[in-house]
Amino acid sequence: MIDYTSAGIDFGLIAPEIALLVTAFVILLISSIRRLNAFPIYIAFIGLVVTLALSIQQWSNQESGFFGMISCDNFGIAFKILFSATSLLVLLLGYRYMIARGIDRPEYSALLLISTMGMMVMANTTDLVVMFLGLEIMSVPLYVMAGFARRSLRSNEAAIKYFMMGAFASAFLLMGIAFVYGASGTTELRRIVADISFISSRHGAYIYAGAALILVGFGFKVAAVPFHSWVPDVYEGAPTPVTAFFSVAPKAAGFAVMLRIFLFGFADLEILSDVFWVLSVLTMSVGNILALRQGNVKRLLAYSSIAHAGYIMVALAVGGEEAVSAAIFYLVAYTIFNLGGFAVVTLLETRSGCRSNFSELPGLAATHPYLSAILALFMLALGGFPPTVGFLGKFYLFAAAIKSGYIWLAVIGVMNSFLSVYYYLRVVKASYFETSDEPFTPVSYTPAIVAVLIITAVGTLGLGFFPQQLLEFSRSAIFAFL
Amino acid sequence: MFETFYPILFLVIVATGIALLLIFFSIFFGYRSKQGRKGNPYECGLTPVGTTKDPVPVKFYMVAILFILFDIEVVFLYPWAVISRKLGVFGFVEMLAFVIILLVGYFYILGRGALKWD
Repeated sequence: MIDYTSAGIDFGLIAPEIALLVTAFVILLISSIRRLNAFPIYIAFIGLVVTLALSIQQWSNQESGFFGMISCDNFGIAFKILFSATSLLVLLLGYRYMIARGIDRPEYSALLLISTMGMMVMANTTDLVVMFLGLEIMSVPLYVMAGFARRSLRSNEAAIKYFMMGAFASAFLLMGIAFVYGASGTTELRRIVADISFISSRHGAYIYAGAALILVGFGFKVAAVPFHSWVPDVYEGAPTPVTAFFSVAPKAAGFAVMLRIFLFGFADLEILSDVFWVLSVLTMSVGNILALRQGNVKRLLAYSSIAHAGYIMVALAVGGEEAVSAAIFYLVAYTIFNLGGFAVVTLLETRSGCRSNFSELPGLAATHPYLSAILALFMLALGGFPPTVGFLGKFYLFAAAIKSGYIWLAVIGVMNSFLSVYYYLRVVKASYFETSDEPFTPVSYTPAIVAVLIITAVGTLGLGFFPQQLLEFSRSAIFAFL
Repeated sequence: MFETFYPILFLVIVATGIALLLIFFSIFFGYRSKQGRKGNPYECGLTPVGTTKDPVPVKFYMVAILFILFDIEVVFLYPWAVISRKLGVFGFVEMLAFVIILLVGYFYILGRGALKWD
């Protein structure tokens, strides 16, 4: 018999995950009996609010359980809170869009919830196999969500491309985990950390090969540059609320796992810092340069999300407590203003025929002054302008880099931020200063999307003026991590 | 040292013997035909010449995918069954949870009518 008393079987540790799963199952079972399209959204909303509450309630609870497979520390809980809040906002901002496009199926909510659950599993473990399990639980619903507009060729294309690339990346990742297991005899990061000097002296090549393959696998997921080619097509083809979700949540989940693996598990492998230096510079430069000439706002935001992944990678190159807390700060800030930007795009695309090209933006400022002001605010935040939280996020990241002696990395980062301002301001210019012959079709607001816009706008500005809460949050999130 | 391999030698002899026996039986007692379908490339009856674009009901694909899903479930049941005594009541409950999760999927399939043939 196996001794379960010391194994830490405590379902309180995975209460948010269980809540998400149960909600998703309830939605699926109800929808299999009767097709009620609006009803599941409310159930999903309640489920996500409960999940958010359960996650917040776990805060500062440092425990590991289930034979060490689940480690519920502040780092993981911070991401649990971030994921459930993101999911909630995406659910709200997508509701009317899905109805307008005729794809408001109950499965959408269920897939969103299951995917969120996978991200939580990813962020709350130090075991590579459980991380992979979480990654797959996250990814498989995402493939389906990318192709959710079944009648749209572009959506199908997005789903196939995302699936192919994702499956390919998973294979790399698994091979990497196998190498690490071969070198160390364990998939548990804590035990790898304890033996790292012994492992790298005895099986140096294997642990490096494993780390490299794991890096490639997660590089695909967070869209780092040599592995970014799927991003623009998938972001453009997928339904816009799904794109909003893609651009923030899986990225945050990927970075959560990368921070854990590379700054905690393989912290003593020296060469990794240089690798991340190169990856970071490549990612932000290529993302920003390719974004310059885009004619479509969704594609522009796709390339901008690549560039932002590059900024966050600065933290992986730098390492240390300050960089990790800056990365968490940046991920939360980026989630807020990127979701806000996508909320505006979704609102515009809810009108029939709109594909969010630049040529459709003129007239926005004249007919909808508040909406265009909010869009401008999010664009300024993405570009990193001072009163917004986007500025502070970049400031903390680059400050951490300079303090650790990575002057050039910070300089290249700042230069990239300047470059990015050009294309963010193009969006503002198109909506304010350009004219078009065609009249601007008015948008129809719904309470849900107005709520999302207000939350994200207040978050972007409010956290820019008063970042103290978020700073403390991101500082205590690394407690028990390093 | 070779004694340990005697059972395998015995198995080889028995297997070869049965195979040869069957071949001889079919030579002596079998009915032979030398015409008709026997001369076709595919003895299963598939037409060797013609268009390849025969319509196949798309439902085959649905049923096949769903079969794979529940087949994989059984694959996970095997290792559990081997050490189920060691795992005890907790292991049983965990496996029950796993099966219930798949049952939810099964009821969803039933409810959506994915298994209806017409």
